[in-house]
Amino acid sequence: MKFAVVKFPGSNCDRDMLNAAVKAGGEAEYVDYRETSLEAYDGVLVPGGFSFGDYLRSGAMASVAPITRAIKEAAASGKPVLGVCNGFQILTEIGLLPGALIFNDTHTFISRNEVLTITNNETAFTSGYEKGESVIFPVAHGEGHYYCDDETHETLVENNRIVLTYNDNPNGSRADIAGIVNEAGNVFGLMPHPERALETLLGSDDGMRLFEKMNDWEANHDHIH
Amino acid sequence: MITFTEPTEQDIRNEKLYADMGLTDGEYDKVIGILGREPNYTETGIFSVMWSEHCSYKHSKPLLKQFPTTGDRVLMGPGEGAGVVDIGDNQAVVFKVESHNHPSAVEPYQGAATGVGGIIRDIVSIGARPVGLLNSLRFGELSEPNNRRLLRGVVAGIGGYGNCIGIPTVSGEVEFDPSYDGNPLVNAMCVGTIDHDKIQKGTARGIGNKVIYVGLKTGRDGIHGATFASEELTEASESKRPSVQIGDPFTGKKLMEATLDAIRQPELVGIQDMGAAGLTSSSAEMAAKGESGIALHLDQVPVREDGITPYEMMLSETQERMLLVVEDGSEDKFLDMFEGYELDSAVIGEVTDTDRLELFFHGEKYADIPVQPLSDEAPVYILEGEAPEQDATPYSYGDQNLNAVFDALIGHPTHGSKSYIYEQYDNQVGANTVQKSGFGAGVVRVEGTDKAIAMAIDGKSRYVYADPLNGGKEAVAQTFRSIISTGALPLAMTDCLNYGSPEKPEIYHQLEASTRGMAEACEVLSTPVVSGNVSLYNESKGTILPTPVIGMVGLIEDVNFMAGVEISAGDALYLVGETTKSFAGSQIEKLIDNDIRKQARHIDLKLEYARGMDLRGRLIDGEVKKIAPVGRGGIAIKLAQLSAFHHLGMDVEINLDGEDLFAENASRYIVIAPAGLDLKDGTEIGRLTDEGFHIGTHDLTIDRSIDAISNTWEGAIPQCMTSTD
Repeated sequence: MKFAVVKFPGSNCDRDMLNAAVKAGGEAEYVDYRETSLEAYDGVLVPGGFSFGDYLRSGAMASVAPITRAIKEAAASGKPVLGVCNGFQILTEIGLLPGALIFNDTHTFISRNEVLTITNNETAFTSGYEKGESVIFPVAHGEGHYYCDDETHETLVENNRIVLTYNDNPNGSRADIAGIVNEAGNVFGLMPHPERALETLLGSDDGMRLFEKMNDWEANHDHIH
Repeated sequence: MITFTEPTEQDIRNEKLYADMGLTDGEYDKVIGILGREPNYTETGIFSVMWSEHCSYKHSKPLLKQFPTTGDRVLMGPGEGAGVVDIGDNQAVVFKVESHNHPSAVEPYQGAATGVGGIIRDIVSIGARPVGLLNSLRFGELSEPNNRRLLRGVVAGIGGYGNCIGIPTVSGEVEFDPSYDGNPLVNAMCVGTIDHDKIQKGTARGIGNKVIYVGLKTGRDGIHGATFASEELTEASESKRPSVQIGDPFTGKKLMEATLDAIRQPELVGIQDMGAAGLTSSSAEMAAKGESGIALHLDQVPVREDGITPYEMMLSETQERMLLVVEDGSEDKFLDMFEGYELDSAVIGEVTDTDRLELFFHGEKYADIPVQPLSDEAPVYILEGEAPEQDATPYSYGDQNLNAVFDALIGHPTHGSKSYIYEQYDNQVGANTVQKSGFGAGVVRVEGTDKAIAMAIDGKSRYVYADPLNGGKEAVAQTFRSIISTGALPLAMTDCLNYGSPEKPEIYHQLEASTRGMAEACEVLSTPVVSGNVSLYNESKGTILPTPVIGMVGLIEDVNFMAGVEISAGDALYLVGETTKSFAGSQIEKLIDNDIRKQARHIDLKLEYARGMDLRGRLIDGEVKKIAPVGRGGIAIKLAQLSAFHHLGMDVEINLDGEDLFAENASRYIVIAPAGLDLKDGTEIGRLTDEGFHIGTHDLTIDRSIDAISNTWEGAIPQCMTSTD
């Protein structure tokens, strides 16, 4: 698999994301936000950071960048699209995922290792995990409170689209939601950082299986659906 | 044609306008001597910032000369933006600490944010990619609403900048003491890594080479910031809020990446960040180092609004700016590159053979100053110190309720968990953080290798106040202990000297004696000083405690030994080092006496070094699992912190008096290792357990549940911060 790591000005987890994809056996290249096509890539990684400084609203400026249309096209064509942290915020801003990420209830930035539960292992992203398995991914965000209305929440629950939940909710997210997928199961947004959890030396290697499964997307995806 | 209305040379002289800018009568006369005429308004401003304490170290230079600055591994010592130290394999570590105390006192968020931004640019301008941030903070007690406001703002500001630019904050330290009421200390340190052949110097040479400005457009913010930083804080300081700059980490991030790109280009001659005294210090210092002249055409400087005068441009401290000197003819290549990063840039001048700093605005000359005297002939003041009376009264806390002392200390913000603070900092971005904030030094792996850099920052102001000479030694030794405790070899250090007004004899004595002690410690512990910063005039309601802050880095050759070490019940606890009734500057003294006796402290630096290196070897070999230096609050507090951090109990018996548990002798460690180990100068004092925290002594027993210890420790800061302000 050849992944595009979409780089906005202010992205700061771009190198970590690229390294993760490569470590999982894939190829990866940076793609500038001013580009208009992602056709050359098999998958899209939208990294964390502060795109355009996030001075307006997280992901708001990124949502009107030239590359956005290409991300939507990639998603529509069934390619895997992963958005982590600011990447998740961007995916909600551009409408690929429902809901929004608002300020943490504490109104402070929160950086720590969180214990999370894999609530759905029937996606091509999470098929490497057991259902109900506990994993440790670091979180680092100021606007990570996942918000959605009742109707959206019901839809997410009914369609089994809540993939990852916090065991000890750090930010006030509705129903402890840490990550969701789109209806087709090929767009995954999450606030925690699996790309920072690839080695026990650094505290956790629980993120590795996510990138390995993404790198094995075709076989894996066919198997799931 | 005169474009701007400014005071004339005669006005400046007759109305002593130079004094408002911080120049003394003597300094003004010296300027006249250098120029051979009276300075105009712009020139007076330029001299005043270049000769401010912040830029010229005029009161501290003779003291800084005491520090050893060379060593086998030192590639670049003080004088450049940051120090550079060899870590083998053609790689090096670049680091520096800097203060942003005064701005943080009047505008905590932006003051702290720009402190972080400034120190990052110092590292980047050497050509290094920053890999770790640290901070050392001092506030008054959190029982005061204003100190809570300052803490909130400073922490948010540090996080706001560091998180956005994407550099992990991996360690830090904080202390709360009434002497910092209204005068918080905000010292930020940045550590970067670089290949030897990429090391840049801030120099302007090669006649005809072009001077390029890149970064934020210049505005009227931070004018005279360096002068402000060199004054005492008063009621009127609130009105200096416009002297505080505004941080823009998004532009900072773009500028960082653009600079690291520019540094790879062979046509780059020199680069320096525009920090304190902005365009003035960067251009004058680069010209001085290159032994060249420099001519700037200020009408070419990107500005935020019309009507900004040359005076304002030269003194503005607008953030996120860099000044480059590039080979003549290559300027378009750089401008195009910066365009790609969506940064403003412009050619604003050229290197000349005049040895003068010449400023033009629409063809008219606004300043013409010889570079060398401006940069290098700032007056140096050698003041007289006066040692205070010693107080030899012996200490006795045996009849105090020491169980209550224990609870009070473990629940005090200085000793409690700092998670309220460090969880607001992204400490893992970059995915190389092996040990993050929480307990001791930060450890960051060098990307793509098995090597890691240990980094720590510490200060011991109460000891320095009690005994400046030995306290100075202890400040260095304490940071050395933090580095040793990761298994790293201490390499070199940086320092930030935070003191009151040096014009007061007792303060000057503190400064003089403590730097002498620091210099001696650097020598014996083999940690030369490669960079540093001075912050004097920290006086608000009173004078702050003398606070030299030490930043140190160490090298771990193979970091993999750190993986898989587990601390568990059954492990033995050892106390290494001698305990006596050493209470001068201690935390029990602060709690009970609310004072610091000026009484001798003791440290044997040779013993410190030998003990540290011995324990380090045992840690790397896997013979011991953890070494934890004993610091503030003594043995009792270190044991409680270990218990709370690992959420394990302890069963400890120590052959000492109860009060000795709170003594603060130097050179001591608690070591966690299998039982039955023979440690030099060490005694096995007990075991880690699954339940209950117990310490027994001759006349005192402390018994708590693990939860009680943990809750008190973890709640120390949050319980203050949740008070509604």
